[in-house]
Amino acid sequence: MKMKLGTMTVAAMMAASPVLADLVFPSLSYRTGPYAAGGIPFADGYADYFTLLNERDGGIGGVAARVLECETGYNTEKGVECYESTKGEGALVYQPLSTGITYQLIPKATADDIPIHSMGYGRTSAANGEVFSHVFNYPANYWNGASGAINYLMSQGDISGKKIALVYHNSAYGKEPIRTLEELSEKHGFELMLVAVDHPGQEQKSQWLQIRRERPDNVIMYGWGVMNQVAIQEAANIRFPMENFIGIWWSGSENDVLPAGDAANGYKALTFHGVGSDFPVFDDIKTHVVDKGLAAGSGDQIGTVLYNRGLYAAMLAAEAAKTAQGIHGTGDITPAMMRDGMEALEITEAKMTDLGLPGFGPSFNVSCANHGGPGLIGMTQWDASSKTWSLISEFGETDMGVIQPLIDEDSAAYASENGIEPGCN
Amino acid sequence: MLYREAGDFSTTYPQDSQTFPIRFDRYRYYAVLAVAVLVMPFVMNDYLVNSIFLPFLIYAIAAIGLNILTGYCGQVSLGTGGFMAVGAYACYKLMTAFPDVNIFFHVIIAGGITALVGTAFGLPSLRIKGFYLAVATLAAQFFLVWLFNKVSWFYNYSASGQINAPERTVFGVEVTGPNTEAWATYLFCLVFTVGAAIIARNLTRGSVGRQWMAIRDMDIAAEIIGVNPLRAKLTAFAVSSFFVGVSGALFFAVYLGAVEVGEVFGITKSFLVLFMIIIGGLGSIFGSFAGAAFLVVLPVVLKIVGVDMLGWPTDIVAHFQLVIVGALIIMFLILEPHGLAQLWRVAKEKLRLWPFPH
Repeated sequence: MKMKLGTMTVAAMMAASPVLADLVFPSLSYRTGPYAAGGIPFADGYADYFTLLNERDGGIGGVAARVLECETGYNTEKGVECYESTKGEGALVYQPLSTGITYQLIPKATADDIPIHSMGYGRTSAANGEVFSHVFNYPANYWNGASGAINYLMSQGDISGKKIALVYHNSAYGKEPIRTLEELSEKHGFELMLVAVDHPGQEQKSQWLQIRRERPDNVIMYGWGVMNQVAIQEAANIRFPMENFIGIWWSGSENDVLPAGDAANGYKALTFHGVGSDFPVFDDIKTHVVDKGLAAGSGDQIGTVLYNRGLYAAMLAAEAAKTAQGIHGTGDITPAMMRDGMEALEITEAKMTDLGLPGFGPSFNVSCANHGGPGLIGMTQWDASSKTWSLISEFGETDMGVIQPLIDEDSAAYASENGIEPGCN
Repeated sequence: MLYREAGDFSTTYPQDSQTFPIRFDRYRYYAVLAVAVLVMPFVMNDYLVNSIFLPFLIYAIAAIGLNILTGYCGQVSLGTGGFMAVGAYACYKLMTAFPDVNIFFHVIIAGGITALVGTAFGLPSLRIKGFYLAVATLAAQFFLVWLFNKVSWFYNYSASGQINAPERTVFGVEVTGPNTEAWATYLFCLVFTVGAAIIARNLTRGSVGRQWMAIRDMDIAAEIIGVNPLRAKLTAFAVSSFFVGVSGALFFAVYLGAVEVGEVFGITKSFLVLFMIIIGGLGSIFGSFAGAAFLVVLPVVLKIVGVDMLGWPTDIVAHFQLVIVGALIIMFLILEPHGLAQLWRVAKEKLRLWPFPH
């Protein structure tokens, strides 16, 4: 039985992997499980952008793009299985949309010479490209987010002596900002209060009771999946003022605020890209993707926050592939060439306008020393009556004076643990 | 026909009480072992090893462990995930504290540490039984996961709370870390799995195993005929936790390489291993293997058939998988409560007489 299945698998893999002249972008998506509400729109946006490129431009540099979807359910073991089953098909770049899976893949993908793009998640210190040669997390990371939230609060008034609570998903993801916030609390003199929520976060009564008792002035949340909506509902229940409640970009989508209805009005969330569907690219998506019946999933997510993020991730991947094609002078690039393309990626306002995304994200250059991008953070706010997110601040700088030493320290620890000689080759 | 016993004469007691008294069975066992050791390493690739063989071998060890406790000694445990976490974190602390000691010994010592922890959590089993014991072990599960999340000493104060397996070698060949060869990790786990199966088989058919089974069948009667329930129950917890700890150590160090306790060793893991022994067969070493193989291979096969061959959307296939696994568990409980091992036993009985039944 065992052997027979083994041979079947081999046969299936051999049947599926003749050399195809196309660019493979695996999408380790999760359309099931407690995090599906976030996984579905992202996966749809990611797939739709490549469909658009194929339909409108005939692929990237004349070579068709193929999105290879694999369901992970936000589960690390399935993520590993997906990685192993797709890497043989010439996967160019992995975007697992899960900090846990990213941690898993960092050493594996580096050994296999395949780049990872963990956009706004994953291991923050991967911003140091001298240590993490194959991992990219431009244009912003968790620590930029933490600093961005504090900067926003400071722009609203003095925060010294105030009490700020961090409500976080008790996992590698949620723990990421703690160090940064601790440093910032020392620097700016606010009091930090840590409130952990265990996976999946459906039950948060005790946490919010604690918040009601200790009355923090502001709450920052690093949550994901069902945890977000429960937290917002609980905050509404204890009548915590929504405008003092800030979520990271993973806690700021329509799915998170809609269940609480009007009570969620005024809730704020950080972002590193534009919101809404008021960009020319969405007209193209309508003509070339939706009207042809090619939209991924059920096609009802277009223009939502996480759909836009998936779209943005796909756009950055496609631009990096174009850059790689330019560097190596071939259309049919390999993962190693893709890595070079990502490291040489330049996003300018002119390029974004050409792509139909004017002002959608920051202009930035990636270099070997900086895989993390500029870390510009904006703030969005939810309007419950019109059911829209709107940008209420400019994309602002974050406190790299605090973040950079932390990146250097953490990446140096990783380098010494794993015997990596930091440097650019 | 296939299972011909004619000419198979036992002339001594050891011959009669060996694991595979029928000659054909014995040769089949040697053949499977020979293929596993001599042939499989050469056809192993990254996909096969990481999707099927490593999880199968490692879950088989965990299932053997749980089967000793639940199947042989009758003590229901929902703490398997927590005990696997003990093995994983013990292995991590040992690997980082004593980098010069061979990983092989780390895995075994990690199993030993888990045995101690398991024995401690097994103490309540002397007073409470059945559902109440299940709840007590459930408490162990949640306590251990909370502990490894809370106390940063366990993950060497890393900012993310993750543990990462450093590179370690056996005879100069890497078995942990990112640069491992598929055959090396496969053989490393195979050694532990075969060792665990042989030890478990010999324990369960000796006096210790008989004591466990006596306690399982009726603890008062067992006590009256002279079985010490304290010793029997605690040895079952210790041996079971040892195997579960070894599997947890391998799961972290060899298979995943990076682990976050809440996600990997949560309550779902406890249930998964419990399903394995229920589907495979309670009180059977072969059942542990069959159950592990079934629950590891089934999702992969469903995915290959659904997504790669039929081209269905991935979420539909994932939902189907939940439905199919759930339906199969109910079917097994109704149609064959003794699991795949019993099916195999019945098949063997039939094959002995085939093609001329009475």
